Amino acid sequence: MDNSRRTKLIIGLLVAAGILLGRIFYIQIINDRYKRDASNNSMVYDIIYPTRGAIYDRNGKILVGNKVAYDILVTPREVQPFDTLALARVLEVPLELIKEKMAEYSANKRKIGFQSVVMLKQISVETYMRFDEVKYMFPGFKGQSRSIRDYPVNAGGNLLGYVSEVDQAFLDKHSDEYRRGDYAGKTGIEAAREKDLRGEKGYHIYLRNSHNQIEEPYNGGADDVEAVPGHDIVTTIDADLQQYGQELMKNKVGSIVAIEPSTGEILALVSSPGIDVEQLADIGKYYGEISKNPYKPMYNRAVQASYPPGSVFKLVNGLIGLQEGVLQPSYMYPCSAGYHFGAGRKLGCHNHRSPLNMEESIMMSCNAYYCYVLKNILDNKKYDNVEEALDHWHDMVLSFGFGRKLGSDFPAELSGGIPTGKTYNRAYGKGHWNSTTVISLSIGQGEILATPLHLANFCATIANRGYYYIPHIVKASEGVEIEDRFYEKQYTMVDTVHFPKVVKGMWRAVNSGFGSGGTASIAAVEGLDICGKTGTAQNPRGKDHSVFICFAPKDDPKIAVAAFIENGGFGATWACPLASLMVEKYLKGEVKRADLEKRMREGNTMVNVRTR
Amino acid sequence: MILENSTQRGLGQSLDLKLIITYLLLVVIGWINIYASIHSSDPASIFDFEVRSGKQAVWIATAFILALTIIFVIPPRWWEGFSVWFYAGVVFLLVAVIFLGTEVKGSKSWFQFGPVSFQPAEISKITTSLLLATVMSQTNYKISKFKDFLLTVVIIGLPMLIILGEKETGSALVYVGFIFVLYREGLSGWFLALIGLAILLFITTLKASPYASIVILLALLCISNAFQTKRHFWKWIFIGSGVLLVLSLIPWIWNMISSAAEEKAAIFNAVPFIPKAGEERSYFWSFIPQIKPLYFILAFCLGAIIFFSIKAFRERRTFLGLSVATLVAGLVLIFSANFIFENVLQDHQRKRIEVLLGMKEDPAGVGYNVNQSKIAIGSGGLLGKGYLQGTQTAYGFVPEQSTDFIFCTVGEEWGFVGCLIVILLYVFLIARLMYDADRCRESFTRIYGYCVAACIFMHLFINIGMTVGIMPVIGIPLPLLSYGGSSLWAFTILIFIFIALYRQEKKYF
Repeated sequence: MDNSRRTKLIIGLLVAAGILLGRIFYIQIINDRYKRDASNNSMVYDIIYPTRGAIYDRNGKILVGNKVAYDILVTPREVQPFDTLALARVLEVPLELIKEKMAEYSANKRKIGFQSVVMLKQISVETYMRFDEVKYMFPGFKGQSRSIRDYPVNAGGNLLGYVSEVDQAFLDKHSDEYRRGDYAGKTGIEAAREKDLRGEKGYHIYLRNSHNQIEEPYNGGADDVEAVPGHDIVTTIDADLQQYGQELMKNKVGSIVAIEPSTGEILALVSSPGIDVEQLADIGKYYGEISKNPYKPMYNRAVQASYPPGSVFKLVNGLIGLQEGVLQPSYMYPCSAGYHFGAGRKLGCHNHRSPLNMEESIMMSCNAYYCYVLKNILDNKKYDNVEEALDHWHDMVLSFGFGRKLGSDFPAELSGGIPTGKTYNRAYGKGHWNSTTVISLSIGQGEILATPLHLANFCATIANRGYYYIPHIVKASEGVEIEDRFYEKQYTMVDTVHFPKVVKGMWRAVNSGFGSGGTASIAAVEGLDICGKTGTAQNPRGKDHSVFICFAPKDDPKIAVAAFIENGGFGATWACPLASLMVEKYLKGEVKRADLEKRMREGNTMVNVRTR
Repeated sequence: MILENSTQRGLGQSLDLKLIITYLLLVVIGWINIYASIHSSDPASIFDFEVRSGKQAVWIATAFILALTIIFVIPPRWWEGFSVWFYAGVVFLLVAVIFLGTEVKGSKSWFQFGPVSFQPAEISKITTSLLLATVMSQTNYKISKFKDFLLTVVIIGLPMLIILGEKETGSALVYVGFIFVLYREGLSGWFLALIGLAILLFITTLKASPYASIVILLALLCISNAFQTKRHFWKWIFIGSGVLLVLSLIPWIWNMISSAAEEKAAIFNAVPFIPKAGEERSYFWSFIPQIKPLYFILAFCLGAIIFFSIKAFRERRTFLGLSVATLVAGLVLIFSANFIFENVLQDHQRKRIEVLLGMKEDPAGVGYNVNQSKIAIGSGGLLGKGYLQGTQTAYGFVPEQSTDFIFCTVGEEWGFVGCLIVILLYVFLIARLMYDADRCRESFTRIYGYCVAACIFMHLFINIGMTVGIMPVIGIPLPLLSYGGSSLWAFTILIFIFIALYRQEKKYF
């Protein structure tokens, strides 16, 4: 028994030794990961940062380029006693900062090991040149060139987005691809197209011997990896139009969105107040200021703010009425300063002649007309009840892109909201509401919410007479692809034959001349055939919002614009002339209506905006 | 005198020279590697007493004096005679150090006398071995007797618990090795198997899931019962269900292998950020562990426990009964493992176990030591970088590199060949101790010899296992190689008491 037990124990001993040796064999011979890591400890990696891709506008103008700045790196283990004061003077930083940093490094000595850490970021070329001359006095310190963003034109701060150093939360999510000290796009195109823009980092490896001196390039430089520059991005933005829009929107709160109807390409996306590109370049410095601004410049109103669309929405109801067969262009409805329903209740309207047919109702923006239209849609005998009719109406509205995210390539797009039967069942109880309860839907008030992008897309749909392309901001270019969906026509549930009838009304709204009752006469530009529709969105929290959508030219639309001016009052007061100026600028290249332009530039609606 | 000469054998015959040479080799290897581990761009002489290699030379010299004293001066009979007093004295010191000791790295286990510090836990291995040998070599001692077994457990457990109380988990773990001595002296092999099973279940519960642990437990029980039962019907039932259970583990094992093969870079801070293509890996089997059949299998267990305990009771089947008891104990362990893990273990121990089991990756924190240690060893390759040429150890990437992580220096500078030689030397030392012990006529010497072998084995396995990342970092020295007087002295005494005892046997028998 004794010897057999000893034999078993010896076998156990050999197995245990075998496990240890097997493991050692694995990490020493089979797996070369540890060798690579060891090299990392004894090799010096000189990281080469790629040039980030530039961002162009549709005409080849650079919106975002790069310029050179320098980081100062320290390898704490190579630092020898030095004149801290001299270094602080050369680098133009306070002495305390240097002392503080050095103390921090010696506290984290073990963690840092022989790695280099970034001490100062983005110092200017001039400062770096001065440092370079006296570098020999400060062993362990070196400069590393790095390209930072440069913005030649002040256009599209909000949609371009900014680039900043990655934070811990970001690193946790993308630990494979980023390391501390790397930069990444945080908002706008910079974020949406980060993968294309960033490129790939490279490195040169140098060897260090056991006396801690750098000897030579490792492996004759064969393992060095060169950086791959990022792809350039071509946007659909027209820099001139964008810049013009930003200038017009000074001192106004709201947004202007311009789309090329034949492609869905976004020509301009102005959100005001916005971020200046100067602030973008050094976002860290301005971040506090920007986030304290009561008008929230970071907030991209063009895609993130939902408002009731107001009278602009009458067009949607008109089209649905036509499709459902409850409306014909020839139908006339009376308007006695509003639409009367029930016991003395009425939805008011402004003063115009009565009765009107459909075209005239668009031209003069009659409220009563669309109350009749909506009532006919909802009380259609085709449907069992008003709930079913409203659900069907909801589906048709959604086919225009309202009430959902359009699926643009712009991050953080909001979906707005279109009510369904359930919405009112919840509010009033099933069976306790009818078409008059929800009558304000007819004129784009009530439970309808849409973003300026929705409105611009809707306008492009009318311009195309019945379909749209999903709005997008990045064009396909060499090495950069956009998804197929941006090339597909999106049809609405309204037949294309009905659209020309509405277009006529929109043309007359603009081009009937003053005194005709057309609501958007101020938008008219000779030879441009602008078609438009005003809106005045009631706002329980202050002055009405001013809304306008338009496209031009009528028969070969090149541009569709939606303008939304918060607390601007009537649609014709601000939104209408602003949108019309954008159209003129884009189609003619210059604006002839100098007086109007001056009035718009100098106008200030910001004073009406409450900042809670 | 004449008589003595005629009966005694000469020095060369009575001393086991192979054992002593192995000891000397290991001590010298330790010393030159300690020098390498502190070697830097500003080298000192190996004898420079300011640095550790010089100090180690002093420790080695004094250890030799100790060894000679033990062989030639102290009468070997004393060890057995005074073992109770030694044991009691050391237990007293172990308790005293908790109140009087100085705190080193979170544990109060060192006495500090000026420049000299001393750890009672190191000596307690010796005294425990001596008392264990004394008690177990009594003529009427039988390990199968409950009273004797209990006494044995108390002798081992008392210092172990106190050391655990000092938060020296590593030193306490060494005492688990005495189980091998008990096995040698007649403890049932099943007992050894049960302890192994408990450890296995604990790990699988934490690392995989209670489900996997229960399946493993059931599979092992089925297979062992299949061997035990004589009846064909039940044999096939057990074999069949055992095979089914093992099969049900395949997807889980597959997942482990495939995720290990991917080698998720555990060391982000050391790999130069080469961006990986975000390729999607599809687990063919991954859906299976997600179905939670835990409750089914628990219900099944409950049924089986009731059924088989009745059967075992009726038919007087001890093995079956014990299997049921094991199943119940196993289930309790599995479901309390989490509780133990969360509530019993210390914070830093929990973290270390988590890192070890790969549940958390923390290359900068707890995982730092192991990570750097693996890098140092791994970079050695087949033949190593050559003596004093190591970059990892010389730059101080590896912490504790002359004490607990001395094996890194061996691995980096001497490569796989060096590791092989060192480990083979230990294997030879341990095996030689066991053979010598078995050749002794006195049970005291034999049992003591096995105790020495067990202690060295545990230190060896835990220490090297820790440097290569298969054991948690619980900081115990590598016998004879690690820097430090306390440890070197303790192992010298431990080994040379046996050599002295063995010499006495050779001399007179």
